[in-house]
Amino acid sequence: MSNGLLNWFKYASPQSFYPLAGKMIPWFWALAAIFGVVGLYIGFFVAPTDAQQGEGYRIIFLHVPAAWMSMFIYLVMAFWAAIGLIYKTRLSGMMATALAPTGAMFTFLALWTGAFWGKPMWGAWWVWDARLTSELILFFLYVGFIALQAAIDDPRRADKAGAILALVGVVNIPIIYFSVKWWNTLHQGASVSLTKAPSMAQTMLWGMLVCALAFWMYAIAVALMRVRGIILERERNTEWVRQELAR
Amino acid sequence: MKPRQQRIALIVGGLAVLGIAAVLVLNALRSNLEFSITPTQVASGEAPKDRVFRVGGMVKEGSLAREADGVTVRFVVTDTAREMTVNYKGILPDLFKEGKGVVAQGKLGADGVFVASEVLAKHDENYMPPEAAHALDEASRRAVNEQAAQSLKQ
Repeated sequence: MSNGLLNWFKYASPQSFYPLAGKMIPWFWALAAIFGVVGLYIGFFVAPTDAQQGEGYRIIFLHVPAAWMSMFIYLVMAFWAAIGLIYKTRLSGMMATALAPTGAMFTFLALWTGAFWGKPMWGAWWVWDARLTSELILFFLYVGFIALQAAIDDPRRADKAGAILALVGVVNIPIIYFSVKWWNTLHQGASVSLTKAPSMAQTMLWGMLVCALAFWMYAIAVALMRVRGIILERERNTEWVRQELAR
Repeated sequence: MKPRQQRIALIVGGLAVLGIAAVLVLNALRSNLEFSITPTQVASGEAPKDRVFRVGGMVKEGSLAREADGVTVRFVVTDTAREMTVNYKGILPDLFKEGKGVVAQGKLGADGVFVASEVLAKHDENYMPPEAAHALDEASRRAVNEQAAQSLKQ
């Protein structure tokens, strides 16, 4: 038990996490590629046409995983932000900073693919219903987090300010998730949830889940790459970074 | 309390306060956050007068009619309790279908007919291949037929 704890603390130091992240990155890239190919193959060639929406529904294989990841990454970011505030570990703040651009990218992707889906199906690119509006607020939260951190020169203070913003924004996540339940929205309800059986054909569901795994692995890979960059930048005056760069 | 425990308490407490505030605000804004209102709400006078609003429900089976000019359509939106007639001039979205969800934006006329300036289709969260949808339709038709046969016997 104490051994396990020791190990975790060891990797909380940027110096020892840097090589570990380097070792993990290729594996996550490989997993992302495999899941991506399999998921898109299922999505485009195996999954049947939808009875209502025809072939157009296939945007679901990008839209839903992107929307899931946009919320999930925010929760992970807020988690690291809280850990950083509580334990004052340097790496936590760096993790939060590294996750934000990927989260913003997935949020934008969800909004963008949603617009492309909305136009042919609903008849509108955009409507101000609760689901779409709260997802747009999530995008602004990500962008605000990035901008706030970029505006503060001292990295420790930037981490602290960003962490508070990230934690305040966390209230938005349940609002996005439950918006289709709490209010009348144009956006349909959830097809997949923890409380009831999914209301979609098996192969469609599998395609979506495998694509979501691909996005997840991709997110981990790029976040680790980014955190390595941040570590080098912030620790550039230390001996180990000088040695690392000299290699 | 150690400083670390104080920080944990601060964060947990802060999030709790924030959550309660969010719940109160959303509750207060409840009616403003609805994208559309139902025909029942319109009937009970909840619709704004002389202002654009959205009404949502199902397109009643067999109610869609096209007028002589070819671009004006008339259909009935129902929430199974109340219904209202909608008049709309323009192109209907592809997914617009009798028996499916719809949201119409416009104003209520003096004659009780809703004049829509925009009609959006609302699809449901069910995804299935056409064969499965066909099988479901057949099953529900058979159930209705059986019910009818039962009531004839009695």
